[in-house]
Amino acid sequence: MKKVINKSFLADADIDKIIGLQLRYGVVIASLIVLIGGISYLVQQGQGAIPPYHTFLGETAGYTTFSQIAKGIGAGQAKGIVQVGVVVLIATPILRIAFSLVGFILEKDRLYIIITAIVLSVMLFSIFGGLKI
Amino acid sequence: MTILTFTLILLAGAYLAGLVGSLTGLGGGVVVIPLLTLVFHVDIRYAIGAALLASIANSSGAASAYVKEGITNIRLGMFLEIATTIGAVGGAVIAVYTPTNTIAILFGAILLFSAAMTIRKKNQEASTEGSPLSYKLKLNSSYPTKDGEVSYKLKNVGAGFSIMALAGVLSGLLGIGSGALKVLAMDSTMHIPFKVSTTTSNFMIGVTAAASAVVYLQRGYMDAGIAFPVMLGVLGGAFTGSKLLTRMDPKVLKYIFCIAITFVAAEMIFNGYNHKF
Repeated sequence: MKKVINKSFLADADIDKIIGLQLRYGVVIASLIVLIGGISYLVQQGQGAIPPYHTFLGETAGYTTFSQIAKGIGAGQAKGIVQVGVVVLIATPILRIAFSLVGFILEKDRLYIIITAIVLSVMLFSIFGGLKI
Repeated sequence: MTILTFTLILLAGAYLAGLVGSLTGLGGGVVVIPLLTLVFHVDIRYAIGAALLASIANSSGAASAYVKEGITNIRLGMFLEIATTIGAVGGAVIAVYTPTNTIAILFGAILLFSAAMTIRKKNQEASTEGSPLSYKLKLNSSYPTKDGEVSYKLKNVGAGFSIMALAGVLSGLLGIGSGALKVLAMDSTMHIPFKVSTTTSNFMIGVTAAASAVVYLQRGYMDAGIAFPVMLGVLGGAFTGSKLLTRMDPKVLKYIFCIAITFVAAEMIFNGYNHKF
């Protein structure tokens, strides 16, 4: 019996460690991409005048979907690179939920498998539901 | 002003916002929104988008350390994230139909509340008795302290869950982590020791912010030109702040900043009331 408890404790600690590392690397990678994109943006447009940020353009400004971001990068637009970093950053905590789900599955904790799956579904609904009412 | 000058000034401002946010415990996102709107006259929607990204970066960066130390209650965080993520998505949807001036006034009010929360008395006591729901959901746990592992139990789980849903809505609506409300729910309502509630709240902020960030990204709230200096600046400032915190006790600094934040909040409310957003 004692052995079983130890084993599950070990799995728990391992998953914690993986989650910690995943969060850290997610932020570091996202920051590096944003930094590279930001510097290219300054090289490309640094001498230009500031866009009128006091008026909100919303979706017309572009870079709001995966295909627009990909198109921007294809056209060599630095803003597209920054936006990739933004997407990686937003994906970091979402991926963390997925890791937690794996952890609870390994622990066979049925209650928390359900709870984590609910949180993950809310996130996926938010991503793919569009919510453009 | 060229884009280069604007970016450098914004980077420095965001760095200071991250530093102040970290030293006071308010969070960099909360400080950067008034900076963008009141000083740089940026539309509050762009400010919200950039602040959300800063919140995700800060939360994930800090959480990585706490999770490894075993202070964060991951089960509790996950359970409460049901409330905060649903709330956050709802808040982001409401935001589209809410006038920016109303958002500014609401933001000012939350800022005042958060400043008051950071200087209140903190719960150090670990409860020895939990509510039935806390056992059913396996939320009772222990955390490491100087004097060894301390176990604690939770009370009023249902009430805490409801406050979390509200924290989620505000987070989605205003683009902030609403850490103050999260700590209020865990600390004062569920009677969780301060250290656990702070780190668990921090752990949850990333997920809560990501839930609404997804909606905002699709709506064009995130402009690369603003997001880039704000995200890197706040992250750098928060990192410096966390290093400074281990070497000094910023009690006096905290009071000064909280008073300063109170004035900023008043200005947000005043300008919102006069329809300047």
